[in-house]
Amino acid sequence: MATVTFDNATRLYPGTTKPAVDKINLKVEDGEFLVLVGPSGCGKSTTLRMLAGLEEVNGGRILIGDRDVTDVPPKDRDIAMVFQNYALYPHMTVAENMGFALKIAGVKKEERAERVLEAAKLLDLEQYLDRKPKALSGGQRQRVAMGRAIVRKPQVFLMDEPLSNLDAKLRVQTRTQISSLQRRLGVTTVYVTHDQVEALTMGDRIAVLKDGLLQQVGSPRDLYESPANQFVAGFIGSPAMNLLPSKAVSGGVEFGNASVKADIKATGAVTVGIRPEDLTVNKDKGLKVTVDVVEELGADGYLYGHVTIDGVEHNITVRVDGRNHPMRGDEVFVLPVEKHVHVFDASSGNRISGAVID
Amino acid sequence: MSGSLNITAAAVEPGLLSLPWDIPLDEWPDDTITALPKGISRHIVRFAQLDGYVIAIKETTDEMAQGEYEMLRSLQKIEVPCVEPVAVVQGRTDREGNPLPSALVTRHLKFSMPFRALYSTTLRPETAQRLVDSLALLLVRLHNIGFFWGDVSLSNTLFRRDAGSFAAYLVDAETGRLYESLTTGQRQHDLEIARVNIAGELMDIQAGGKLDQAIDPVATSDRIMASYETLWHELNDPELLEQNELWKINKRVQRLNELGFDIEELSIKTDADGTKVKIQPKVVDSGHHARRLLRLTGLDTEENQARRLLNDLDAYAATVSLLNLDEEVVAHLWLTRVFEPVIRAVPENLDSKLEPAEVFHQVLEHRWFMSQEQSRDVPLNEAVRDYIENVLQYRRDEELVINPPTGTFTAAVDIIHDSDDFEYTDEPIPPRGADEPVRDWRDLV
Repeated sequence: MATVTFDNATRLYPGTTKPAVDKINLKVEDGEFLVLVGPSGCGKSTTLRMLAGLEEVNGGRILIGDRDVTDVPPKDRDIAMVFQNYALYPHMTVAENMGFALKIAGVKKEERAERVLEAAKLLDLEQYLDRKPKALSGGQRQRVAMGRAIVRKPQVFLMDEPLSNLDAKLRVQTRTQISSLQRRLGVTTVYVTHDQVEALTMGDRIAVLKDGLLQQVGSPRDLYESPANQFVAGFIGSPAMNLLPSKAVSGGVEFGNASVKADIKATGAVTVGIRPEDLTVNKDKGLKVTVDVVEELGADGYLYGHVTIDGVEHNITVRVDGRNHPMRGDEVFVLPVEKHVHVFDASSGNRISGAVID
Repeated sequence: MSGSLNITAAAVEPGLLSLPWDIPLDEWPDDTITALPKGISRHIVRFAQLDGYVIAIKETTDEMAQGEYEMLRSLQKIEVPCVEPVAVVQGRTDREGNPLPSALVTRHLKFSMPFRALYSTTLRPETAQRLVDSLALLLVRLHNIGFFWGDVSLSNTLFRRDAGSFAAYLVDAETGRLYESLTTGQRQHDLEIARVNIAGELMDIQAGGKLDQAIDPVATSDRIMASYETLWHELNDPELLEQNELWKINKRVQRLNELGFDIEELSIKTDADGTKVKIQPKVVDSGHHARRLLRLTGLDTEENQARRLLNDLDAYAATVSLLNLDEEVVAHLWLTRVFEPVIRAVPENLDSKLEPAEVFHQVLEHRWFMSQEQSRDVPLNEAVRDYIENVLQYRRDEELVINPPTGTFTAAVDIIHDSDDFEYTDEPIPPRGADEPVRDWRDLV
């Protein structure tokens, strides 16, 4: 087991001037499940591939434990790319399927048997060790494939969008399996996804990237309650946080015909962020919303509407009661729940208010 | 069937529409499916007839079908030896309107075979080595154009006979990605994947009792490293020459030609004080002999077959050298007087045994053996007759070998029975078959 450290790690592709990954500083703790998330082209896969040794590191260093692996070939880094090679061999037993890579690596017979048994116990495959893969169910076969990675006892597991090829239902099931297995094994894991829901449900901590730059690292709760900037605020959470232009006033910010409390020292233009579940509908106070559509989802519903601020129209999403809600075309007012207001600097996009905590 | 079925195809294939897309692939009727057993794999793959040729249909996710189709198209455009993408079929629904998986359709490569079809009783050392070498060559070619495969294995490759060796074709591009160029780390990773997979595949054959005892799976799979490295360095390494050794540039070009490559672009740089010259191949293209043969005769063959045919053509040229003819004219004479008569001599019912160029190569081999045995120069027509009578007619048809399916099975991610909290369900274990004797697994690891 080991920590992983990115120390100003940079990847600049030949013939380009802007780094694909720009001076990333990040420490993954021993046994931690860290998720790299961001939109397409943000550098998350490149970051993972740098750790795997598949991308050159043009600046800075990468350490696994205390060992600088920046220039170490992939196979000597003691990492495993899980979910890459799934092949199971039909004539070999489950034990052979799990252990053959150790044989190739020259591991002694007794140790091979020991490690295979250990992995089989973890995966609940002990009773199948002398059986052929055809005797197993699909889920068991999948675990044998995972066993192949586990017996190598890598210091770090790397997973690059392992669920992207599954349909929605399987994605949820496999997601849970991966998380629980990772926790049972306690192996440091770096996981890449573009899906913020996947990131929030799986990661101990999440690193959000955009344009090759690390935006924020924190627990799912940190990111949700205290996004470091407008990008993270808009990226994490579904439906996305409402981000609206506003002005700082004494002790708070302007919100339509009202002002709401916020702990800020700024003056002038700011951006206000409020999650859909933190807005309440009333008759005459706050921002005036014209309802475009209401999506009913049982107990809850989402109201999608628009507001006009300084002559510019902005979309807004409000969580409403699933049955008792305004209708299309209605004009209503919304106000944020007290203390649930995020304020960002209008020009830099950086957070200037404290965390939103209940 | 729903009206939203969407077929993206490179060429107009009206026959595609008549296939039963509203039925899950594993339930397609036998009259549509080419009679072959279903392979067990991550995705369902089956073979069907389409307008006189065989297609492989793979059911997979929308994203993957589209991605692999586009990847194969890109690879084909840059002349990478791979299976030919035919179409992506999306928006499938069954008769009740329930969605069905998307499908990727590829054309079966005639005369190509999965590696498990290349031995009947045991896999012999020479065959294993040739397979590994041809895979190494394919990998070098792929890496040279910036393709990272991600799942290199014998099972993901199809092989065509090539005058005593094999020509490898990429079949599964699912995990592959095209880059501007590859880093050393990416190449090393692909090689490591290849090494582990090949060893695994050979160990599997061994476990099935079909591996020649002389083969060591680990040593044989290690061979891909050496074979790959030698070729990679020959193709890519810069060479530092003295000003008076410029003739060595030609030598390098010749060496690459012999390996079957043409240099399309060579960088030549003089160092600061002008005493040394650095040369480095920039763009190399495989198929040196195949291209020359194609230009001279119009015959489209694999590289080693071309080499063999060109040797014979050169020998023929020597016999007519007094006539002082152009190379093209000699080639035409050879084609009509030597090559074509041999191919025409093969009865029509034996057409699907081997490709014409392979038949010609084998006839030349056969003539050599006959001549050795009889201590005389056996004429070609006599060799052809003897070859057809004693060799060719006993061979199996190789025009359409799809069986056995690639053999390894990939974890079937579509049948997970485990509950969400990772408490594994206790499924009944199926009874032990004859091929699964009770043994201590520790003896096997």
